[in-house]
Amino acid sequence: MMKLRAILVMTIYAILVTLASFWMAKQSYSWFPPEASAESKLTDDLFSLFTGLGTFIYLGVIGPFIYSLIFHRASKYDRSDAPPIEGNTWLEVIWTATPLVLVLTLSFVSYRTYEKMSIRGPMELVHLHVPQMIEPAYAEPFDSTPQQDIQNAVETEPIEQIDVTARQWAWVFHYPEKDITSTELHLPVDRRVRFTLRSQDVLHGFYIPAFRVSQYVVPNEDINLELTPVKTGTYRLRDSMYSGTYFAANQTDVVVQSPNDYQQWLADAAAQTPNSAFNQAAYEYSQSSEPGSGNTKDKVAVRGWATIPPAPPPVVNYAPKHEPKSPPA
Amino acid sequence: MTNISLEPIEIVRGQPYPGAPDNWKRFFTFSTDHKVIGIQYIVTSFIFFLVGGLFAMIMRGELITPEADLVDRTVYNALFTMHGSVMLFFWTFPVLVGLGNYLVPLMIGARDMAFPRLNAVSFWMIPIAGILMMSSFLIPGGPSQSGWWAYPPVSLQNPTNNLINGQVLWILSVAISGVSSIMGAVNFVTTIFKMRAPGMTWFRTPAFVWSVLAAQLIQLYGLPSLTGGAIMLLLDLTAGTSFFTPERGGNPIVYQHFFWFYSHPAVYVMVLPVFGIFSEVLPVHARKPLFGYRVIAVSSVIITVISSAVWVHHMFASATPPWMRMFFMVTTMLVAVPSGIKVFGWVATIWGGKMRFTTPMLFALGGISNWVFAGITGIFLGSVPIDLHVHNTYFVVGHFHYVLYGAIVMGIYAGIYHWFPKMTGRMYYEGLGKLHFVLTYVGTALIFLPMHPLGLMGMPRRVASYDPEFAFWNVVASIGGFLLGLSTLPFILNMVSAWVRGEKVGNNPWRAYGLEWLTSSPPSVENYEELPLVVSGPYGYGRSEPLVSNVPNPDLTEFSESLTPQEAS
Ligand code: HEM
Ligand SMILES: [Cu+2]
Repeated sequence: MMKLRAILVMTIYAILVTLASFWMAKQSYSWFPPEASAESKLTDDLFSLFTGLGTFIYLGVIGPFIYSLIFHRASKYDRSDAPPIEGNTWLEVIWTATPLVLVLTLSFVSYRTYEKMSIRGPMELVHLHVPQMIEPAYAEPFDSTPQQDIQNAVETEPIEQIDVTARQWAWVFHYPEKDITSTELHLPVDRRVRFTLRSQDVLHGFYIPAFRVSQYVVPNEDINLELTPVKTGTYRLRDSMYSGTYFAANQTDVVVQSPNDYQQWLADAAAQTPNSAFNQAAYEYSQSSEPGSGNTKDKVAVRGWATIPPAPPPVVNYAPKHEPKSPPA
Repeated sequence: MTNISLEPIEIVRGQPYPGAPDNWKRFFTFSTDHKVIGIQYIVTSFIFFLVGGLFAMIMRGELITPEADLVDRTVYNALFTMHGSVMLFFWTFPVLVGLGNYLVPLMIGARDMAFPRLNAVSFWMIPIAGILMMSSFLIPGGPSQSGWWAYPPVSLQNPTNNLINGQVLWILSVAISGVSSIMGAVNFVTTIFKMRAPGMTWFRTPAFVWSVLAAQLIQLYGLPSLTGGAIMLLLDLTAGTSFFTPERGGNPIVYQHFFWFYSHPAVYVMVLPVFGIFSEVLPVHARKPLFGYRVIAVSSVIITVISSAVWVHHMFASATPPWMRMFFMVTTMLVAVPSGIKVFGWVATIWGGKMRFTTPMLFALGGISNWVFAGITGIFLGSVPIDLHVHNTYFVVGHFHYVLYGAIVMGIYAGIYHWFPKMTGRMYYEGLGKLHFVLTYVGTALIFLPMHPLGLMGMPRRVASYDPEFAFWNVVASIGGFLLGLSTLPFILNMVSAWVRGEKVGNNPWRAYGLEWLTSSPPSVENYEELPLVVSGPYGYGRSEPLVSNVPNPDLTEFSESLTPQEAS
């Protein structure tokens, strides 16, 4: 009788936990910025799987834990000990083996997702340092065809090359085909884009949350990163690797456009003579060291210390119009 | 069997002298008594905890609005650098060394640590290094602003061009604390290997001692790497070498390997002793043996081994090639297995127990629940594609604060409350303790939970200003932060007043198994009149077997105060 009830309770709890896990897995998609790249869909699916399993494990542990907190308390005058149960080999084997299988599965699924993105990343480096050995070693045993959207993009049109330069504290994008520069990143939709990332000073992080993939920008190294924008709109590029004083202000917009708009933008930009762009860091720096105002900005309550001066504002063909007084974006 | 031996000689003499357990002046001396050193560590590091917490309050004040408007950006950057450095190097590491110092010799039936003088030297280096780091606030360029990682090239940029700058002081301070840690590690490892009481075999050694051993072994293999990296950084900064300086052909990524080869395992240096505390506190307050004690003990050592090969998960977004990303993803995920074993063991320990929700028990249970959550987000981070999105966002900050505050700080509180009667002979106040627990638990959830959605939305960490879309969760987090600041007040009040005039309780108010509970409270200078002869394993709840053969061992389920000096004669 007792046993039957215990089994019943456990079954009901297991069903509830399963439902909750599915619900959380579905919810997880809403926690992210828009899915603006083909890669972001892969990441979000993977994250959803992790969320589902994570919820299952969390509730699976916390449920019995809380049950125990409620029902296994000593009554007020009971000073005796509980039964001396010291272990149970079977249980211990099960709760070693299950997590082991689980994390190996999760590693495998993550690996597959990573392959489907085929973001390249610092792949060049592999060839540089470890010439032959590596590629077969990880490509052989598994299917590593890229995701369908990515494959389509690669097959329909050539990869669009964009050079990215990061510095303290600005982003400059160079479009080699038309030889134009911009401080705003414009991208064609549904095409594979290859960024070549370079830094002029310190480490920076190339991070567009709507695309889900971040990559450090490393001085003295050219790092390639391939992404596939699939949704037109305006997103944000943030420096994700702490890069010094004005790091938080080192942001810019990313505009994903239809092929026509994109070509139009390229043509317009090419027609303009390079001009000094607005730069938040340089602007704030000039405010803080204005003669007479000391080192203190009016709006800041506590004075600061000396800082590396920002690089001069980049001179580019295209720069978005900004009110100099606009709040840090 | 006779019990007179338990009476501490100092009480017989009745004369306080420097070093006597009831002379408070001993805490301000170069004492070589591990119990004095342990408390010196705990109190000193708690002061640094308050300092680091103050920095955090100011940061949360800045982040309550999207604009950078409370402090200058340089000040914000200095604050998060100092916050992280103080909290790790001057709070978490030393407070755990303090608890280990106090408890390990008592738990293994030793009279002191293996090298008492070395022990005192390691302690006194901590305030020196801490003050050195704080002094960087007073020099013209201000403190280091390169974060607790001190990644070059940012850490090599020296805007004032002074030779004595915040970064140099930071490196020196971290180096001193590193030397102190290495000396401590040698001391702990030797003590645990060589000085266990007769009869205390490895599988009769308490889980806490196992976990301290596992943690200190990490210090031995890991710290040389950090020290090496720090020395090269110092040379680059002051002597013009080019290990990490890109303009001179150096490679800044190599520094990251030196740093994380130590600093990943270092997170386990911090969490392992806390796992040990959970394993000690639960059986006592649930009146049940630790479930799967041997597996829990051994899993600590497995963690020591695995955590030596996972460090690149902090560098997935550095110039790390794909094969390396994949390799370290698998090793990282494997850490979850021994960590999971422990959690399941703890749940099974309280299952069917007879629990009492004393303050230490509440903190231990709360800490475990937070650890489960943090361990799961850790697995998320171990997956390369997920990490490439959330790396360097607030998701990571949420993850590691759930471990560091949710599990580790809570576990430290559990340990302090649990052994407070042993250290002082008096009982803390339950009411204040429970208030402290509620404030801490709620505050932790309020501040650190919102960081996860913020990170998923793409808010980078270490920012002094942010986009307005992130404002809501940041306000919630700031409120939680102020609550955590508040939560320290009942704790301080409790500790101070209970130490001065708390109720005197006997040697073993919890009716706990364990050698440390067989001696007087506070223990005499020599810990034991006669070294105990251990005849059974720890956690003998419900078995009524004697733990040692030469000290009275009344049935623990029935006796409570029978070992106090008065009754013992
Ligand atoms: C199941 C166990 C754990 C796993 C799988 C795990 C995994 C990870 C991963 C992959 C990261 C890198 C995230 C990133 O920077 O992108 C990370 C960061 C971090 N973890 Fe954990 N972790 C675990 C347990 C712990 C524990 C026990 C602690 C602390 C005692 C801890 C403290 C940290 C810290 C401090 C960071 C961030 C360091 C920094 O970037 O400043 N983690 N964790
Ligand atoms: Cu790590």
